[in-house]
Amino acid sequence: MTIDANGMNYTELNTRLRAAVAQGIDEVVVNNVLGQRFIADGLKGNIRITLNGVPGGDLGMFMSGPTCIVHGNCEHAPGNTMDGGSIIIHGSAGDAVAHSMRGGKVFVREDIGYRGGIHMKEYQEKRPILVVGGTARAFLGEYMAGGLIIVLGKNDGEPVSERGIGSGIHGGEIYIRGNVQERYLGTGAAIQPYSAEHRDRIAPIVQEFSKALGMDPQPFLDAEFTRICPMSSRPFAGKYTWE
Amino acid sequence: MSIGAIPSRYRIRIDRDQCMLCERCIESCPYGVFRKNGETIHVDSRKCTACHRCIAMCPRDAISLLEHPIDYRSHPIWTREVRESIYNQARTGKIILAGMGNAQPLPAIFDRLLLDACQVTNPSIDPLREPMELRTYIGKKPSRLEIRRTPEGDLDLVTELAPNLEAETPILIAHMSYGAISLNAQKSLAMAATEVKTFMGTGEGGLHPALYPYQDRMIVQVASGRFGVDINYLERGAAIEIKIGQGAKPGIGGHLPGEKVDADVSATRMIPVGSDAISPAPHHDIYSIEDLKQLVRGLKEATEWKKPVFVKIAAVHNVAAIAAGIARSSADAVVVDGFRGGTGAAPRVFRDQVGLPIEAAIAAVDQKLRDQGIRNEVSLIASGGIRESADVAKAIALGADAIYIGTASLVAMGCRVCGNCYRGLCPWGIATQREDLTARLDPREGSVLVSNLIHAWTLELSELMGAAGINSIESLRGNRDRLRGYMLDEGILKVLDVKPVGA
Repeated sequence: MTIDANGMNYTELNTRLRAAVAQGIDEVVVNNVLGQRFIADGLKGNIRITLNGVPGGDLGMFMSGPTCIVHGNCEHAPGNTMDGGSIIIHGSAGDAVAHSMRGGKVFVREDIGYRGGIHMKEYQEKRPILVVGGTARAFLGEYMAGGLIIVLGKNDGEPVSERGIGSGIHGGEIYIRGNVQERYLGTGAAIQPYSAEHRDRIAPIVQEFSKALGMDPQPFLDAEFTRICPMSSRPFAGKYTWE
Repeated sequence: MSIGAIPSRYRIRIDRDQCMLCERCIESCPYGVFRKNGETIHVDSRKCTACHRCIAMCPRDAISLLEHPIDYRSHPIWTREVRESIYNQARTGKIILAGMGNAQPLPAIFDRLLLDACQVTNPSIDPLREPMELRTYIGKKPSRLEIRRTPEGDLDLVTELAPNLEAETPILIAHMSYGAISLNAQKSLAMAATEVKTFMGTGEGGLHPALYPYQDRMIVQVASGRFGVDINYLERGAAIEIKIGQGAKPGIGGHLPGEKVDADVSATRMIPVGSDAISPAPHHDIYSIEDLKQLVRGLKEATEWKKPVFVKIAAVHNVAAIAAGIARSSADAVVVDGFRGGTGAAPRVFRDQVGLPIEAAIAAVDQKLRDQGIRNEVSLIASGGIRESADVAKAIALGADAIYIGTASLVAMGCRVCGNCYRGLCPWGIATQREDLTARLDPREGSVLVSNLIHAWTLELSELMGAAGINSIESLRGNRDRLRGYMLDEGILKVLDVKPVGA
């Protein structure tokens, strides 16, 4: 099924996507996407949606199951509070990518803005994953409570060269290719050793990312990563005294 | 160096002539005040919180409690609380954590507002004889209605109406999360809300499956931690409330300590057992009023525009302008929580020093929305320090559409406002997750207590309205002419737009 989104309001677009799911259609192509917010917002099911163009903010918000493939860049917060499914972006994305995501995957081929993966959290089998091919800006993984963030830094230069990485982190892990300067870490974040065990953990994800975005995984698999973890799962335990 | 012990806050005494050594006090007290030693019960008053559980359970009325058994030198500025806070912080170097609402002895504006009644010139209405309309609709109201006459002569409404909540009373039950309170407490409130046909809030703790039967009476909350929020949760609620702030702690987030996150709490919040549940101060996708609009619309889009979306803010200095912004965000109601709002835990300095009285906030918000011609765009729900039916009547006369009660509903279930909720040992089975304690609160009995309270207040409200010659809640709303200010200064009277007594 193909939808021409030219001049179409997001509510109409989502109504059509919901109808497609209800009809059991498993493949939809949406052309001329131009700034529509909330695409696939709260959408359930196993549908695969190809978006040609630039979606607006909150792509895949509260989404639970579908796959969105974006041929273009994304505005802010794709994967906001997403529950399950995948968002694969052949381009860059704005701020707060994967905000509060609790399950599924967000793959961004190029760069992301500020506060990527902020407050991602995990519960039992639900472990959200954010992979960025290029670079991430400040406050990556702030307040992170679970899940996994990987920044591959496919181009030259440091993948993350701004402050606040994992500021307030109390769960989950952040992997950044190469060395990360200590001064970029936020309060509560600590660099932990990166060993073969961790390499094995991220290898299948790196391969899946590379395959989805048509990249060669080998340089990433061969590279060294910095592993950033929380100092404690109880960052505020010692802050208070009783009245 | 030690400065020694500070005076005990309470003294517990047992009347030995009355005591029959039944040990119910020992069983009742989770703080460990009582212990049996041979043929006597020993008392450690220092551990007492004045929760009264022992007193309530003693079959012989043998226990007495005295507050502040030891005097300090009295001083109007260097109060006991100030001195003891200094001792505490000198010892620990930490932020003081406190429970329940604002404990400053500031006068309540509600207590200085008096209601009107009819005499001679206009008749009062007897609610026993005349129908009183207390049904309350919460949500957007159209600014105009378009009606079409059909060829058969019938009238059709052309205007599309926004979804509204329909409550049989303007009294709603506030958001108190599972985690902050027990599941039995939540069940009691949910059953009561269903019984009296009103609504209750889930708080930011997800929705436990045991509450699914009452979901049509529940307002699901989305706060900055996004705990327990997924599409199924949003779809279950009758309405969705975005929590921006809370009257007990405006401007800061919340931390549910890891020790309260047991297996069940972890399941509804969707976080690991024992992990701190941290709700950051801001929502990280809301950094402006435009971003708020995006979240409101994101929630509406996710639920196909079928549910009202509320936005809750703490009453702060510019509350009226903020509420006017919210009214333009597609939100259906703005909830304003005054500085007396309750909490399970808040830094004492925030609880006591930040925010505004709800009375002034209601008047300011209602006026601003009227001035801008957008009062119909949002309902106004007031909360924070509503203690009796007269407060409800006054809040509505000042301009609120409905009110939330939090603390009052807990008091109905036995809470003595001891203010130790953050310790997780609530002897009334309310603010605790400890199984032996939560078992003390039977949801069926708890729900009767809460529904009785709401029913009684609703009756009183209809009597007050009848006495004032008002037969519909709509006619009381914003009807400030039926209020008079007593011992309020000119500045406050102006903000409230209320005349002084005698005028």
